[in-house]
Amino acid sequence: MQITATINGKPVISEVEPRLLLSDWLRHDLGLAGTHVGCEHGVCGACTVLFDGAPVRSCLVFAVQADGHTIETVESLGTPDHLHPLQQSFWEAHGLQCGFCTPGILMTLKPFLEQNPDPTEDEIRHALSGNLCRCTGYQNIVKAVQLAAKGPSDTRVLD
Amino acid sequence: MKPAAFEYAAPKSVAEALALKTRYGEDAKYLAGGQSLIPAMNFRVMQPTALIDLNGLSELAFINGDGDELRIGALTRYSAVEHSPLVAERLPLAVEVVKHIAHPQIRNRGTLGGSLAHADPAAEMPVLLTTLSGRVRAESARGSRWIAAADFMLGPFTTILEPDEMLVEIALPTLPPGVGAAFQEVSRRHGDYALLGAAATLSLGTDGTIAAARLVFLNAGDTPKVAGLATTQLIGQTPSAELFATAAQAVDGDIEPMGTLHASPDYQHHLARVLARRVLARAAERAQAQPVA
Repeated sequence: MQITATINGKPVISEVEPRLLLSDWLRHDLGLAGTHVGCEHGVCGACTVLFDGAPVRSCLVFAVQADGHTIETVESLGTPDHLHPLQQSFWEAHGLQCGFCTPGILMTLKPFLEQNPDPTEDEIRHALSGNLCRCTGYQNIVKAVQLAAKGPSDTRVLD
Repeated sequence: MKPAAFEYAAPKSVAEALALKTRYGEDAKYLAGGQSLIPAMNFRVMQPTALIDLNGLSELAFINGDGDELRIGALTRYSAVEHSPLVAERLPLAVEVVKHIAHPQIRNRGTLGGSLAHADPAAEMPVLLTTLSGRVRAESARGSRWIAAADFMLGPFTTILEPDEMLVEIALPTLPPGVGAAFQEVSRRHGDYALLGAAATLSLGTDGTIAAARLVFLNAGDTPKVAGLATTQLIGQTPSAELFATAAQAVDGDIEPMGTLHASPDYQHHLARVLARRVLARAAERAQAQPVA
């Protein structure tokens, strides 16, 4: 089937089989391998992308369902030279070790911070509840979100 | 590719969806939010021959206040209910329940109608519908009919819907002043399937005694389990911790938990007694905070 979607601001036309998952379309057909695939049944959150602005599991949506819709992946955030404030904060606060879960976490947090610019720690932990990190626990991830909320230049939350 | 191959159609109206279902036959499935169906397809536990994608049917995504009930379209997503000022005002129990469903990412996609038609005994929506004695409306080429909650779920993952019917609308009665409600569940991590859950509504008469009470359990049997034995003894009594503790002992006769990977039936019975006590007490507090005028 032919589908047309807006991916990271650019129109994309693609021929897909109905059973192709959105996550696999992004990675294999479009080369956007920043979206990571973990459990493939909606538990880990690594594949989270924005679907019409709202975070969803891209392993639980078919690519054909993106027809006519807007998708944003982690590639839409920043570049190595110009990191998005969230990415800068994860860097500053050491909010990742292996980084596998990070793209899904960033795409979950982007709309969260836009809607809730000054979240409490409880709200941050609740927002992160659908994203599993197996490296080290969540302390530095929470700190990174607090840092992003305050602006990455404010390093007091790191103490 | 994870899922097995299937035919795909995206109808633009309910009538078109119903016609497609008839054409594709019983092995076709409606695709709503897909947050239970697609995982099952990724594991190939389910291999429908065709998917009829309902996500383009915006006519089925609505929340309306209609007299003493809320009318909610079957394609309404959990996050729409969670953030609806109308639901928060008219039926805060629904917001409380929906917040327990999985994670924000799942709630942005999953739908109320999808969950009810799926009829998972460990799901929250069937318990909410049962607790409120709500109704669902099914449509087919033969017409439209309302089905009471008590008649809707026949067993695990089984409803009374006929193969040519589609669930299109949900009616949830709102709670008048003097009625308190509460929901709690226990899961290993927030957002996981609950080991057990409980919802209660409790109405107080003008003299402060209990006029009616309803207690329904999640994951305590093959459908939502209504605790009739435990609540009968509450009628006419004044709410107290002792009263609810005594009533909670009676829930053992109301439930038939089958055990889960992480909870034996004995442990589920224990959780049912604890949660019964807690949700009844919380519902009573809320009823007392909003007395009958």
